[in-house]
Amino acid sequence: MEYNRMELMICLASRFLEDEKLVVVGTGAPCAAAMLAQSLYAPNLMIMFEAGGIGPLLPSMPISVGDSRTFYRALAASSMPEVMETCQRGMVDYTFLGGAQIDMYGNINSTMIGQNYDRPKVRFPGSGGANDLASFCWRVMMITVQDARRFTNNIDFVTSPGYLTGKGAREAAGLPPGSGPYKVITDLCVLGFDAQSKRMQVESIHPGISREHIIENTGFELLWSAELLASDPPTAAELKTLRDKVDPYRYIIGRS
Amino acid sequence: MTMKMQDYAVKKAKEVVYTPIGERRLFSDPDADLAREYFQHKSRRKVDKTTTVAEAVTRLVSDGAYMGVGGFGTNRIPTAVLHEIVRRRKKNLGLSGHTATHDFQILVAGKCIDRCDVAYIIGLEARGLSKRARLAVEQGEIEITEWTNAALAWRYKAAAMGISFIPARCMLGTDTAKYSAAVEMECPFTEKKYLALPALFPDLAMIHVHRADVYGNCQIDGIMVSDFDLARASKRLIITTERLVPEEVIRREPQRTVIPYYLVDAVIEVPYGAYPGNMAYEYYSDEEHLQEWLQADQSPETLDQFLQRNIYGVKDFGGYLEINGGMDRMARLRRQETLLEK
Repeated sequence: MEYNRMELMICLASRFLEDEKLVVVGTGAPCAAAMLAQSLYAPNLMIMFEAGGIGPLLPSMPISVGDSRTFYRALAASSMPEVMETCQRGMVDYTFLGGAQIDMYGNINSTMIGQNYDRPKVRFPGSGGANDLASFCWRVMMITVQDARRFTNNIDFVTSPGYLTGKGAREAAGLPPGSGPYKVITDLCVLGFDAQSKRMQVESIHPGISREHIIENTGFELLWSAELLASDPPTAAELKTLRDKVDPYRYIIGRS
Repeated sequence: MTMKMQDYAVKKAKEVVYTPIGERRLFSDPDADLAREYFQHKSRRKVDKTTTVAEAVTRLVSDGAYMGVGGFGTNRIPTAVLHEIVRRRKKNLGLSGHTATHDFQILVAGKCIDRCDVAYIIGLEARGLSKRARLAVEQGEIEITEWTNAALAWRYKAAAMGISFIPARCMLGTDTAKYSAAVEMECPFTEKKYLALPALFPDLAMIHVHRADVYGNCQIDGIMVSDFDLARASKRLIITTERLVPEEVIRREPQRTVIPYYLVDAVIEVPYGAYPGNMAYEYYSDEEHLQEWLQADQSPETLDQFLQRNIYGVKDFGGYLEINGGMDRMARLRRQETLLEK
């Protein structure tokens, strides 16, 4: 079955979300992945939005993490402190982040490009809630296209913490132990983090993608899992649900 | 299951360790006693506070003041007050950039702010980035200090509690902390590392609500975002409301009141007051008009024309609604909010 790279990434991401867990999502691909997981794999996955929406029956894709869709027929319309405190308390299992740059420890930049903080070459929105979610949630994921500019160890600004400088660094900085980056789902492969070094490692390669192509599109040296797999392509059921139910107007999957 | 408690009793005096990791400027005084002095003399009179947006902005927004804006960027924002600040060409204002999206865009277009505590600015979430807002930061027109959404929410919370700081576990180990004004400290009980966030007492806040009475008792439907604490943290508070209701409506369901009258300095009835943003259960965001704003932001010439047409060239917020489709447009946004129309 034909599919585009956005559909592929969303389908793969949805399989990592377990039933009866809490996930905080933003707009776009993460929201689609969580909705797809709810439909097919994790009916009791609880979706939360940082502005306060808890457990909505999403009628369509929200355009803002605070718009009324995020608490449409919800279990609770709460607040930013309520959601962030639930994360800090250790009850939120998953979250998804985005960004302009990511390094081999999963540190993410969504603040600026350039060397001079006062005169950045390009200024982005900043943390928003990303740093908070990256600090507090147990398993942090990222859905992104992969290229050598984006996957770099010359990251200009660490907006949100990954494993910082390696094993033990999060705990030494005072971040809650046991939390941190879990998976990075790209258009080329699925990456995890090596338990010892906390460095990014390739776990599965997407259909039609070569090892060399992944290496060319990564600005740092990758580790390769000893049990390297081929990614299972989207199933017909996944694609049907994604296209008919999750994103019928193709707001997200049309962006590929 | 009972867990054995660790022995946390402090056994001997110990030098307290603080590390000032944030290198940037703190824009407001976190001293809770200074705030108490202000709050001691804040009026508790339960009087009719209804007025016009123009009068409220003239009386309560002075050049150089530090502001907090309610809602969430394009949701339940007090647009009428923001426009009036631009129309009256207020200058050198400070802003708490707690998911400041369209609100930031409006204030930057009017060249009203010169400093900002940043959690989220410039972008309009999934809609894209404002070029004008991006340039304003890249060219150094606005001095910034970094925070996060939770950090700003909790800085309001500390102020609302009447304390000068609050510990948190975010930002640690990152450049976000380095370019903040936060301090690292040790928990006196567990000796674990925490980030100390300074209380944020804005000079004024503006919040749009669903219903309020003439005294300023307010009810909000749907998510609160951080407005519960913002209303309490702020020294002065301007309320715009979709509907002005009799006090009896408030008293019928007091559990829904989130802002009691004694926090409030001005009340203005502004129907469609969050336009072009989304007002939960009332009207959806006007995505076409928000795209017009983003297009206008592309060059100084187009932005000048746009502001002339939409803000400087109209008498008030009613005029802005009128030239952007008036009641027909609002009715359509109502149908979108209630899912009667795509």
